[in-house]
Parts: sequence; structure tokens; C-alpha cells
Amino acid sequence: MKKYIDQGKKDTRSGFGAGMTELGRTNPKVVSLCADLVGSLKIEQFIEENPERFFQVGIAEANMMGIAAGLTIGGFIPFTGTFANFSTGRVYDQIRQSIAYSGKNVKICASHAGLTLGEDGATHQILEDIGLMKMLPGMTVINGCDYNQTKAATLAIADHQGPVYLRFGRPKVPNFTDPDQVFEIGKAVKLTEGTDVTIIATGHLVWEALQAAESLESEGISAEVINIHTIKPLDEEAVLTSIQKTGCVVTAEEHNFLGGLGESIARTLTTHYPAPQEFVATQDTFGESGTAEQLMEKYGLDNKAVKKAVYEVLKRKA
Amino acid sequence: MSAPQDLEKIIIQVRRDIVRMVHKVNSGHPGGSLGCTEFFVALYFELMDLKSSFSMDGIGEDLFFLSNGHISPVYYSVLARKGFFPIEELNTFRLLNSRLQGHPTTHEGLPGVRIASGSLGQGMSVAVGAALAKKLNKDEHLIYSLHGDGELQEGQNWEAIMYAGSKKVDNLIATIDRNGQQIDGATEDVLSLGDVGAKFKAFDWDVIELKEGNDISAVIKTLKEAKSRTGKGKPVCVIMHTVMGNGVDFMMHTHAWHGKAPNDEQLQTALDQNPETLGDY
Repeated sequence: MKKYIDQGKKDTRSGFGAGMTELGRTNPKVVSLCADLVGSLKIEQFIEENPERFFQVGIAEANMMGIAAGLTIGGFIPFTGTFANFSTGRVYDQIRQSIAYSGKNVKICASHAGLTLGEDGATHQILEDIGLMKMLPGMTVINGCDYNQTKAATLAIADHQGPVYLRFGRPKVPNFTDPDQVFEIGKAVKLTEGTDVTIIATGHLVWEALQAAESLESEGISAEVINIHTIKPLDEEAVLTSIQKTGCVVTAEEHNFLGGLGESIARTLTTHYPAPQEFVATQDTFGESGTAEQLMEKYGLDNKAVKKAVYEVLKRKA
Repeated sequence: MSAPQDLEKIIIQVRRDIVRMVHKVNSGHPGGSLGCTEFFVALYFELMDLKSSFSMDGIGEDLFFLSNGHISPVYYSVLARKGFFPIEELNTFRLLNSRLQGHPTTHEGLPGVRIASGSLGQGMSVAVGAALAKKLNKDEHLIYSLHGDGELQEGQNWEAIMYAGSKKVDNLIATIDRNGQQIDGATEDVLSLGDVGAKFKAFDWDVIELKEGNDISAVIKTLKEAKSRTGKGKPVCVIMHTVMGNGVDFMMHTHAWHGKAPNDEQLQTALDQNPETLGDY
């Protein structure tokens, strides 16, 4: 099995910030908006270099979404920034009408997604955002797995015409993908070859899936790990090709099992190739305060949870 | 510049268009549409600097955003009469497969429409964004927007009003249709707005009151005055006092016709009060 090396822990939000800095230098149409969370979004450098292309809207997320929609009407590519909870649930109707239904080229960039925001607790965490965004017609939904991939995704979405939801997180996680990777929206990335089980993961859970796969290999179980950075549109072909080979799947995400990546995979399977599936995800619950590591363990989002799900799904495999 | 008598012909024909559109599908919002007819005609036939062909980005021309999307009949009629799309298309209002959705949308690609509206309170933010884009593009054209007074009960407006005043978005003219009516009754009774002008002023806007919102000459004069006050560090608000249902006597001075269609007999009465001027669709 191919081994992936932790090149050092970095936060995915800093990958977003680095991507924005590069876009500031290379794409004069890119503008940035933020609702009082510049430091959290890591966009200081973009602002320093392009003050005229930055809009501080204050603590007023609904207005930020509308202003972003308006800026596209002058030909600009707005990147909005705030926490994932305030990027989605708080402004769902604004995104629905003024951005998605209106077909506006707005990039909704959301930091601090999922449980691993940590100590702030459930009011600031969100485990429903993937579902909310993927249900909007025309919305592309992306969740990078590490710093390098989030940076690459930030660059890629500027060239994509149409609304995009880009999800990333707060904690420092292993950075293991290629810094010069080509990011193809809608293309799954197969990380390891395997024959017994497919593990499909997104976001922070991709690294956990890789750790689980390495550990399973030592137990004689061959796992194929697929990184789904684009949840919508879903690369159904890659998913089905792998599951037709292995015969079962574990999906892993930092999101509620309702409405997330796992449900998208389940729909693909029921439509094309029914196969046993286990969900590593939160079980229809709100989060709570704690460190990122504590929360990952308590809510079953770490490599141990992935391994457990693999044992379960193998039992159900025909 | 068109003489007011020419504009009067357009106004009367637009009123006919509105009541006929709403009658045909037995749904839609005639009251607010009729009340804003003079404003739309003034804007599209006198005030705005428009390019001959429609582009979504609207660079090099004035732009208008309708926030209270339910008054789509007047919007569609004026856009058609101005030549954005064939007048006959008004026949398809609210019908299946039409570009003339119940509330305006960009989804169906209707020339003249740059944002969907219907869910209230979002248009001010969009107008502010478009105004900021004009400034970034060094395009000196203006952004106009229209908002219902009841719509100001939506909090997002006040986020946008605060932003525009604070950040000196002075290429924006936001117009409030102050007809004092909303679905459930008088705005004063449903949720009083108090002194709207004072509220805008408190957010550092330049405010103009237009008492005669259904007098075409007064509307033109006031909008020109508003235009002359742009570029001076403050966004401009025009509070336009109109009569809901204006031009059709039984629809006036009541909220009853906010979202109700006339029957055959009522339609005939409305048409008799507004004889055909430019030709029906």
C-alpha cells in the first residue's frame, strides 16, 4: 500500500488564506468579503496587498451574501468568508435566492466547519452544512482534506463559473498531499489500492481513513481509500468502480450522517449497485465544547471509528 | 426628453397591462404594481442611461434592482414596453414554461432582470454590491433600487442601510414605496415603521421625501434631484408616497388588492378607466 507522509500539521483555513493571497496576485477579478473574522479566515495578506478588493461587512452575514451577489453583476468573483455555521444555516435563504437561484458566481468560503472548531461548542459548530448546500440546485460543494488541497481548491474555484461552497476547518491536521497537485472539481482521488473494502472520506477524515487503512493492512485487510474533495457533483464513476471491486464501503465525514457525503454515496449505490455501507459520521446530534481530539474520539470520527466500521461492513458483505 | 403626455400614454397602457396580466391567470399583485407605475415609467423612460442590448454585468449603464419582487407585473410591463423582450410575452405571465415567473428570476434568462427577488429584504444588499462593483470598475453610472415599505420590516435591510451609509456608497439611489399597506393591513397596524426618513438619516443617508409619488412630473423632478445628490459621500434615499392600486378607483386606498386578481366585471371597469393607448398585447 502506498504510504502517505505527514509533512507537518497545518490548518486547512491557512490553505484557504494562501490560496487567496495567490489569487490576489493573479486574478484581478477576485474580491474578498468578510464578516468580522479576518484573522480566523487567514486573509490578512490578501487584504494587505489588495485593500481596494476587500470588503469588511461587519457582523452582518445576510448583507454579505447579498453584496457578494451584487458584485458579480459588475463581473467580479466574490469570495465570502465567515464560520461555516454563519456561512450556511444563518443565511440559507439569501444564498438560495440571491446566489443559487440567481446563478451568481459567488464562492462561499466557510471556516471552522464541523465539530473540530472545538471549545466554542455547538452554537459555533455545524454538522449540517454539506447537506444544506448540496440540496441547492447548481451549487458545487467542496471539502478539502488538508492544507495543500484546500489551497489548490481555492485556486480552482476561481476559474469555475457558478456558485461554490468551499468548506474547511480550524485545527491543524496532517498535511500530506502534493503541494503542486492539480485540483479537478468533481474528480475523486484514489489514494490507495485495495480489494476488501472501499473507504470513502472527505475533509479531515481522509487522513484518519489512511491511518485506518494502514492499520487494517497489518491485520490482512486490504482497503481502498478514496478522497472525495468534491461532494457535489459526485464522481459516481470512481465510487462505483471501486465498490464493484471491493463489494462494500465505509464513508467517513465530519458531518451528520443525515444529508452528508454518506447519503450521496448511498443514493448512488441504491440507484446503480446496492452494497453494504457503514457511516462514520455524527449520529443526528449537536456537538459540545472540548478539544478537537476529544470531540473526534467522543463522536466517533477518528481512525479507530473507521476501523470499527470496516469490521462491521465486512460482516455484512455477501 | 419625452413630453409628459407621451409618458402618460405609457402609464395608462402599463396599468392596462397589469390588470390584464393578473386577471388572465387569476393571481398576482396588482395593488403595489399600479402604485409604482409612474416610478417605473419615469425610471425607464426618463432617468436611466441604458445600453441598447442587455448584458448581465451592465457595465457602462445605469442598473435597477427590484427588491419587492411581487410587483412583477409593473416590472414586466415596463421592460416589455421599453423593448427588453416582446410585448406579446406578457401573455405568458405566471404560466408554465414562462420566462415571466410569478416573482422575477434570472433563472429563465429574461432580459432586464439581474437578480431573483420575492423572498423580501435582500435587494438592498444586492444593490449595494452592484454599486461597489461600479466603483471598482470606475463606472460612473448609478444603481437604483425599489423596496416596499412593509419590506423594511426585514432586518437585512438595516444591515445594508448601515453598510451603505457607513461606507459612503454614494452611487446608489434606494427608493421606498411608502404606500402604507401590506398583506395583513396598514403597515402602521401590522408593525409601525415610525419615521422612515429619520431612520435613514440616522444611518447617514441623504433623504428626499416625495409626497406626490403618483404624479409623473413630480416623480421625474424628484428622481433628477436625487441623481444630482449622488457622488457626495452619502447614499440617497427617496421615500415615495404612493397610493396602492393607483389608477383603478376600486383598488385604491386599501390593502385588499395587494395580491388579488380582478374578476371579469372588475377587469372591464379597470380597463374602462384606462383606455388603450399604445395597443394591448
